[in-house]
Amino acid sequence: MPRAMEATSRTFVANARAGLQDADLQTSLARFQGGFQVKRVEAAKRLPEFEALRDEARAIKDHTLAHLDHYLERYEAQVTAAGGTVHWCQTPEDARQVILGLCQEAGAKTVTKSKSMIAEEMELNPFLEEHGIEPVETDLGEYVVQLADERPSHIIAPAVHKTRDQVADLFHEKHTPLGRTRRLERVEELVEEAREVLRPRYLAADVGITGANFLIAETGSSTIVTNEGNGDLTQILPRAHIVIATLEKVVPTLEDATTIMRVLARSATGQEFSTYTTVSTGPRRPDDADGPEAYHVVLLDNGRSRMLGSEFREVLRCIKCGACMNHCPVYGTVGGHAYGWVYPGPVGAVLTPNLIGLEEARHLPNASSFCGRCEEVCPMRIPLPGLMRKLREQEFERRLNPAAIRTGIGAWAWLVRRPALYRCLTGLGIRVLGAMGRRRGRFTKLPLASGWTAARDLPAPEGATFHALWRKGGRA
Amino acid sequence: MPASPRRVGLFVTCLVDLFRPTVGFAAAKLLERAGCEVVVPGAQVCCGQPAYNSGDSADTKAIARDVIAAFEPFDATVAPSGSCAGMIKRHYPALFAGDPHWEPRAQRLAARTFELVSFLTDECGVEEVDASHNGTVTYHDSCSSLRELGVRAQPRRLLASVDGLELAELSAPDVCCGFGGTFCVKYPDISGRMVADKAKDIAGTGAGTVLAGDMGCLLNIAGRLSREGSGVKARHVAEVLAGMTDRPAIGEPARGR
Repeated sequence: MPRAMEATSRTFVANARAGLQDADLQTSLARFQGGFQVKRVEAAKRLPEFEALRDEARAIKDHTLAHLDHYLERYEAQVTAAGGTVHWCQTPEDARQVILGLCQEAGAKTVTKSKSMIAEEMELNPFLEEHGIEPVETDLGEYVVQLADERPSHIIAPAVHKTRDQVADLFHEKHTPLGRTRRLERVEELVEEAREVLRPRYLAADVGITGANFLIAETGSSTIVTNEGNGDLTQILPRAHIVIATLEKVVPTLEDATTIMRVLARSATGQEFSTYTTVSTGPRRPDDADGPEAYHVVLLDNGRSRMLGSEFREVLRCIKCGACMNHCPVYGTVGGHAYGWVYPGPVGAVLTPNLIGLEEARHLPNASSFCGRCEEVCPMRIPLPGLMRKLREQEFERRLNPAAIRTGIGAWAWLVRRPALYRCLTGLGIRVLGAMGRRRGRFTKLPLASGWTAARDLPAPEGATFHALWRKGGRA
Repeated sequence: MPASPRRVGLFVTCLVDLFRPTVGFAAAKLLERAGCEVVVPGAQVCCGQPAYNSGDSADTKAIARDVIAAFEPFDATVAPSGSCAGMIKRHYPALFAGDPHWEPRAQRLAARTFELVSFLTDECGVEEVDASHNGTVTYHDSCSSLRELGVRAQPRRLLASVDGLELAELSAPDVCCGFGGTFCVKYPDISGRMVADKAKDIAGTGAGTVLAGDMGCLLNIAGRLSREGSGVKARHVAEVLAGMTDRPAIGEPARGR
């Protein structure tokens, strides 16, 4: 899937089939989901107050979202006081233009980037390339995805869809022109080579762009958590640091941020804390040992203020930990690319239709068995299945789903409300089906039931309905 | 055990009604043994989930109102399904939130609605059953039983009292089997892979029978096992607890033919 592509959520069914048939992807998915699930359970077990912390974290975000204007204004005032600038952007296009302007102002040829899903939302890399600026991803997974000209398939593990062998081939191909001609096998060697290739890029970069896990209203700081330390080099070494974030990333205080961090890493990777937690406030001050000369925050709305006033507000509590993806059986079978846009998995199934339109992404909230594991593990207790159901309601109200389904549901509901007629019709149908299936006990094919029989037989009914037998006096 | 027998409205569920009446009779037998008087209201059909999960809230509410009216006369409403019980218990009140007439009625019914096995243990104080089953079984937790109703220990506790029965746990008992109502026919590729994974997990336990508390999961799992030519049988947990395993398992040919 090339980077600068339109959303492909419309073709979810075909995307999913491709994912199911991709043996390498299936190998990667099985390994990563199992690992993350065990680690989360163990991390939660080690912290007796984990469930209480989830409640606390949720309350912090709910409070902030209820007073978002206040905290955003406070945040901007503090950024300004620290010598930085906040740029308010309504759309991804606005944000791209602001970022381009800032890069041009800094005379930038190379931009290093620490991981940011917001950059994916604004398709920043292809845009910068079009304008002669080279973006360099510094997160290892993002670097792999960039080299492969793909999109991230997971929000915290962007290259999780790739096997070690695939990465080995990719590095061999892309690093050969740099004089690194040996095909490496071991993970440690691959990581080391990426580090060596990236190191001079950090030093050459004119601008560093990072995302933000939190924006702190009381101090005007932005905070990122990483496991590779790449964020620190990205934001400290270049002349200018640009933070890109959406509105809902703000929290009132540093203490609030650290409370949420305690559930973030545990939910995401099962770590107690991410390896690096970096707080940056404004540009370099005269006494600072290092830091950028300029500090900018590009604050993107892109639909968030609309969601704030809608029945989907709760999804704005999301702290992008990825736990819902790590536990979703659908994500685990089809992989992240099937979802066709920036955010895969259960949270993507709620966010994507809200951000790019239900017409584009109507499959995503439907492609869930409502098993509820995502809600169970979400550190912010976002009722993801319930929000997906609300999207299905919108789909039904707006008549976006196929006419056959609408007619079918309507006819079925009409019949259900007429028990006598229902029993008469189903009694007859079940007698016929029961007689037909009695010898083999199952059907391998039935008219109009290919959706069922594609992957499994239909067990034959016993032959009479319960209600008919019960009325006859039972046979227990 | 409660002093006076309760009048229980048995919510049969549409899948038990159509595909597996045995489960309805097993439920009635277990409830009667626990001292309940069992009534099967004739006006019931379905809890409304197919409409609810398809986004058709108008039809869902119409169906839910019929269910509420049919079951509010009873001391308790019991379903041999975590999914249907969960619909009434967790979703009906939300469906009528803000409706001055129906919200209180939905809440009253919700408070008195239970999944069968947890009703037996938690409300009737049943600690053991009089049944036997020779062999190893495994148990699949339905998502709604597990996550909407917190039913996990109860079926295992009663199964432990079945003579000759051994329980071998799945490696991932809390993972969805891929049924998901209309999901399984709307996304057959994905659902098919999920149930194939479940069948693999079942085979790995070495059990001769897989049990569960929901006919949706069971039709899906039994259908997959039969498609793979597996010899593992599928039954509703109530059939084993009620000692009614003399009938062919789900998807098994009728005997003597």
